Amino acid sequence: MKRILISFALVAMFASMVSAQKVKGSDTCLPLVQKEAESYMKKAGTKVTVTGGGSGIGFAALIEGTTDLAMASRSIKFDEKMKMQNGGKSVKSVVMAKDALSVVVNPSNKVTNLTREQLEGIFTGKITNWKQVGGADLPIVAYSRETTSGTYEFFKEHVLKNKNYKSGILSMPATGAIIQSVSQTKGAIGYVGMAYANSSVKEIHVSYDGGRTYVQPTKANAKAGKYPIVRPLFLYYEAKSEGRVKPFINYILSAEGQAIVEKVGYLEIK
Amino acid sequence: MFKKKRNRFVETLVEWALRLSGGTTTLVILLISIFLFTEGWGLFKSSTVEKGYVLCVNRSNKIKNLTPKQIKEIFDGNITSWKQVGGNDIPIEPLRMDDIASQYTEEEIGANFEHLPQKLSEAIASRPGALAFFSEQFININFQGRVLPAETITLKEYFGGKEWFPTATPAAQFGVLPLILGTLWVSIAAILIALPFGMAVAIYLAEIANSRIRKILKPLIELLAGIPSVVYGFFGLIVIVPLIRSIFHLPVGETALAGAIVLAIMALPTIITVAEDAMRTTPLAMKESSLALGATHWQTIYRVVIPYASSGILAAIVLGIGRAIGETMAVLMVTGNAAVMPHSLTEPVRTIPATIAAELGESAMGSVQYQALFMLGAILFVLTLGISIWAEIIRKEPKVQ
Repeated sequence: MKRILISFALVAMFASMVSAQKVKGSDTCLPLVQKEAESYMKKAGTKVTVTGGGSGIGFAALIEGTTDLAMASRSIKFDEKMKMQNGGKSVKSVVMAKDALSVVVNPSNKVTNLTREQLEGIFTGKITNWKQVGGADLPIVAYSRETTSGTYEFFKEHVLKNKNYKSGILSMPATGAIIQSVSQTKGAIGYVGMAYANSSVKEIHVSYDGGRTYVQPTKANAKAGKYPIVRPLFLYYEAKSEGRVKPFINYILSAEGQAIVEKVGYLEIK
Repeated sequence: MFKKKRNRFVETLVEWALRLSGGTTTLVILLISIFLFTEGWGLFKSSTVEKGYVLCVNRSNKIKNLTPKQIKEIFDGNITSWKQVGGNDIPIEPLRMDDIASQYTEEEIGANFEHLPQKLSEAIASRPGALAFFSEQFININFQGRVLPAETITLKEYFGGKEWFPTATPAAQFGVLPLILGTLWVSIAAILIALPFGMAVAIYLAEIANSRIRKILKPLIELLAGIPSVVYGFFGLIVIVPLIRSIFHLPVGETALAGAIVLAIMALPTIITVAEDAMRTTPLAMKESSLALGATHWQTIYRVVIPYASSGILAAIVLGIGRAIGETMAVLMVTGNAAVMPHSLTEPVRTIPATIAAELGESAMGSVQYQALFMLGAILFVLTLGISIWAEIIRKEPKVQ
């Protein structure tokens, strides 16, 4: 009797392992996908394990086949795509949510409006004092995320137009650290996910049309397409395992899943 | 007789088990270091231009090759004429694939980019000053430009370079000099701060405190070593960083000094414990004869105990430096991580461990950046190995009589 029970338990364990899905990758996506997985597990009954580590870790795991889904805050690099192809795998992706970035300064700073060109100047080191952009006579201290962060890459591409940050830029390991540093440094400027910006920092209104209109970073503006600094968050998977991972992806893209996106602080894709 | 035999058997068994575990440990350590170096060494065979991409120029251009640094300066708009890099006096026109693609309609390029190779080729042929960066797969046999040969990273660029832009495109910059110097700078400053305090506490514990106080104080100090480093980092970011900014009237508080202070606090337990142990080994007879000759307590400490324990104290310092060099999280949070050459203590620096911790997670496996980070790990390994060997040598030196 005992033996039968044990073998039953083993079979059950094995079965649950087969249907279990593993998701790995970007730390930006982690809180979102974790919430999605929790409610999906309640509904569908299959197990989903979500772990972070970074977009690169997620892609590496996908290449090695140790994860079913890779979450990423950047698109797949050519090199990573080639590695997938060399392993006989083709990769597919889906955008699950969007994330708007806010440019933040210290609350005591009286500058509210900046153009993209001014931001480029500040982060590439051509503008070094707040008085050059209509503020007080105070040196600018620019904070950035770490070089490998998807946020860093996105900001460089869209705001700095692919120019490199100045070499003396301060790079912080996490969004929370940027908020903390900006809130306690008078001349500071940094960028964070919109959901993270709180009252301890001031959000800059950004203009992408040379200063004609400055747009406040709000959810409504971002959704309406008025606020320009918005990036997609991806899920990558192997084409062959599409059937297996599709239910979870469909759940995230469903109205219910997108409501969670909104709750976590990101933007729905529609 | 039988019992004796069995005992011998057990003894041999234990001996072999010990031998085996010793051997395994050595093997594992060896394998880890070999792994570190093999992963890192690939760097010097790789190109700084991302794999799968190429740089192309117009056929009329006589430039043979460009260094990674020149490529970066060109795409950042700091070098604007070919003359500055040894070519003709014509302005450089940096082109990325998106720049070229956006000049044509979708129909002209084709749904699967089938016409893109030809358009790229035309774009380069029509611009004498062009420097184009695009994916290798868009080069066909009729390509009218010239592909620049991929330059591999040299030892000199890696160890002597002063710029760390591991993800810059088209050419990443892997200059580790600021990182190595930053690490040493913070660690040495930390030791200079920790040393007077550490020595004072060690002398107090070894010579002045009575045994009751020592029984309370010593475990307390050892407890300091047990606090997770990220907690120290958090404390540093919230308390020390703002303090430094307001004391020195700096624009920014995340500086080498903040890192040094946090590291000093973290190195204290090591320094205190090792130095105190060394001082307590001073033979009682030596101390007593000093006192009997009329020397005061302080003179005895200064002239007898410290010289006697000097090799132990030096070892404490060296171990403290080792602790500081390898520390990651705390430094990552308080030093600002700007990869610039350190000039003063009131500027941000970036250390090797912080760089590895911050970047390895997001870098693509096997990429040039990944290799560069492994090489950094190897450098750190060599640094700490050197320090441990130094500590061993100091410990074994004959004591002052």
